[in-house]
Amino acid sequence: MINFVYLIPLFPLLGCVTLMLVGKKMGEPSAGYFATAASGLSFIATVVTFFGLRALDVEERQVTKTLFEWVPAGNFSANAGFLVDPLSVAMLLFITGIGTLIHLYSVGYMHGDENFSKFFLYLNMFIFAMSILVLGDNLLLTFLGWEGVGACSYFLVSFWFSEEKNAMAGKKAFITNRVGDWGFMVATFLAFASIGSIDYLTINGTAAQLSTPVLAAMVLLLFVGVMGKSAQFPLYLWLPDAMAGPTPVSALIHAATMVTSGVYLLTRVNGLVYEALLHAQWVTNIIAWVGVGTAFFAATIAIAQTDIKKVLAYSTVSQLGYMVLAVGSGVFVAAIFHMITHAFFKALLFLGSGSVIHGMDNDQDMRRYGGLRKLLPITSATFIIGWLAIAGVPPFAGFWSKDEILLSAWELGGINGKLLWFFGLITALMTGFYMSRQVFLTFYGDYRFGDPDKDEVDQAWDGYIAHAEAEKDEAITAREAAATKLEEANVAVESRNVAFAKAQMEVTQTTSEDDLAKAQKALDTASGALEKAEAGVVSAQDELTAASALVDVKDQAVSSVKSEAARRVEPEPGEQRTAGAASDFLPDAVAKRAEHHPHESGWQMATPLVILAFLSIVGGVIQLPFTSEVHFLENWLEPALTFEHKFASSAGTKVALAVVAIIAGAVGIMAAVSVYLRNQGDPAKIEKQILFDGWGYDRAVTAFMGGPGAKMFDAITWLDANIVDGMVNGTGSLVRGTGSTVRRFQNGLVRSYAMSITLGSIGLLVWFVVRIAA
Amino acid sequence: MLTPTYYLVLSALVFSIGAFGVLVRRNPLIMFMCVELMLNAVNLTFIGLAWGLNDIGGQVSVFFVMVVAAAEVVVGLAIVVAIMRRRDGATADDLSVLRG
Repeated sequence: MINFVYLIPLFPLLGCVTLMLVGKKMGEPSAGYFATAASGLSFIATVVTFFGLRALDVEERQVTKTLFEWVPAGNFSANAGFLVDPLSVAMLLFITGIGTLIHLYSVGYMHGDENFSKFFLYLNMFIFAMSILVLGDNLLLTFLGWEGVGACSYFLVSFWFSEEKNAMAGKKAFITNRVGDWGFMVATFLAFASIGSIDYLTINGTAAQLSTPVLAAMVLLLFVGVMGKSAQFPLYLWLPDAMAGPTPVSALIHAATMVTSGVYLLTRVNGLVYEALLHAQWVTNIIAWVGVGTAFFAATIAIAQTDIKKVLAYSTVSQLGYMVLAVGSGVFVAAIFHMITHAFFKALLFLGSGSVIHGMDNDQDMRRYGGLRKLLPITSATFIIGWLAIAGVPPFAGFWSKDEILLSAWELGGINGKLLWFFGLITALMTGFYMSRQVFLTFYGDYRFGDPDKDEVDQAWDGYIAHAEAEKDEAITAREAAATKLEEANVAVESRNVAFAKAQMEVTQTTSEDDLAKAQKALDTASGALEKAEAGVVSAQDELTAASALVDVKDQAVSSVKSEAARRVEPEPGEQRTAGAASDFLPDAVAKRAEHHPHESGWQMATPLVILAFLSIVGGVIQLPFTSEVHFLENWLEPALTFEHKFASSAGTKVALAVVAIIAGAVGIMAAVSVYLRNQGDPAKIEKQILFDGWGYDRAVTAFMGGPGAKMFDAITWLDANIVDGMVNGTGSLVRGTGSTVRRFQNGLVRSYAMSITLGSIGLLVWFVVRIAA
Repeated sequence: MLTPTYYLVLSALVFSIGAFGVLVRRNPLIMFMCVELMLNAVNLTFIGLAWGLNDIGGQVSVFFVMVVAAAEVVVGLAIVVAIMRRRDGATADDLSVLRG
């Protein structure tokens, strides 16, 4: 039945090719269901292979199935062969299983997308590449899958590439991973140079004969590859940005499967790593410290994130750090155990967040959620299970696997092991805190999607102040107009006065009767005009007084609005930060959100959530710590591991460590309860800006790569363009120059050729004669 | 007494005349004839030495040379005729279109 292993990559490959050819015609939703079926068949083939492998004796459970000789080159050879053993099958079970669930989920999530079938094409291509990565029996074939999943990740991160931000995130993921791939490639070259083979079985079998420096170099170079793929410090940068892709992609590629392939690679070459642990412990210490450092570092950043997916992204980086810590401690079973349980609950959390985002009109800001427990019942119930699993609450899956990793760090012994354990424990505490924060912000508290957030309140108050000031300016303009009017009225009174005096003079000086009557009449008119003008002055004066009063009122209004804004924007403890009187000036987006009604997702999205929630509850049973009979995963993986690791601690120590871990998780959760559920304490004191910015690391790298780094790359480019290309082009111009010199002898004249032949013959003749004579 | 030396001297003379003719004449037909002279000079050495050394091999080689010469003349004359049809009175120096 192991022969069915070929079908595992074949089904998704066929699905991918079919969708490439007729995907557009299939349309929505049949293209999605078709891809789901392809992935599902692959899962069935994996299950069949699993039972086939189980039917074999324990010692024989490592079978190489060679398809053909792929690269025969001198004494180098790489086969296209599959290594079927407990490790690869265990990986494939959860890759194809969760992959199928996420395919189904995507049918609902990608509803209405114009590139619906293309999305499923990429998903199937990803499952194909991932199965090649896992099944490959040598480093080169794994590298092929490694690059394949990298390419799929690139396609899917920038799936909505019409937005600059998404396209940039895809490029960032791709380029950052190239740095890691360099390590992988050089390690492959080194394996061939020192061992003469790149087969995993040969590498693990001959690891003990390698000299320590070569061993250390090989493990560290492979670890550089792991840093890239499994998002470890300092190459983790791309993973948070990769959240620009559709949420199912984040769940499948950037949480459950692809990012764990680095840890898988180190487990695949566990013979090498184990030798390093024995003879060059500084190497495995580097691995363990990078792992626990990344776990700690990412957890601090996750605390301050506001984007629901960013929290999960940093949480993923942190959990991958745990797995790397387990590998560095030499306990591969714990790494694989956590990988599997993490795949369950992190896929669940991502899909749950996708469901929330889907229901909340694509808004990803957690500060605007709240109270969604009643509105999204299935999503919230399953999400809460995922939260309990990741926070390390027994008996959920995450508790068992995280506990095993902490125990393996502890057992490294000495101050080193204790410190690793301690940082792991603190990270567990922070995990409890930030995950609880996410759950409380999203599902508990009041429904506040229609409420304005911080920036929007600021915007509203700014708008209100600007409005009041505009009114004040208007009043000032009116006052100035009134003053001008008064002045004009005064001038008018003056001129009427002059006219009146002139008319009076006329009356007294006139002698003739006729003229007197006329003058009298003019005098009457003048006096009427004067009265009118005087009345105008009075009304203008009144107007001015009123306008001045209005200016004062508006002035007071401005200062009162300003003081109220100051009070509202930076409220006293116990007061709410609200838009208050300024609510008319809130951005339109707020009103749009207020009208939005959250809705639970359809069955395609709910089914995977429920299944994954179930797995997150019971996932721990695959490796229970009680007796060696219930170490199911360990017993199953045993043939694939070079050595068997047994925990040496007494039962008492184990229980004590577990209790400490539970307490740490509980402390984290309780802290979040008091801050985010009971509003005791100011969240702003915890969510520091520097944490939100990821300690400024991303910005520093960007600044370096844009500045001095760019100069370095310019120098390398110059070297490439002038020295390397110079050599290649130099060869070309040498040939060309020689040719243009020699071509002159090719003049087309037969007789000159004949002359050359003759002279040459004579020359040869002379040479022969001289030689014979000598 | 007749020795191969006479034949060799004669053939050397004939060969030199032929080679000289190829080098100095421009008419393609004359050049062909000169080439034939050179070939026949070589034939003469073969015959002379075959006779002198009492070895049949030299005479056999002559037949090969004659066959090849005949074939070469057929091709060569065909080319000359083809060229003459296209242009009048071309000399070997005019036909230099194959220069680099």
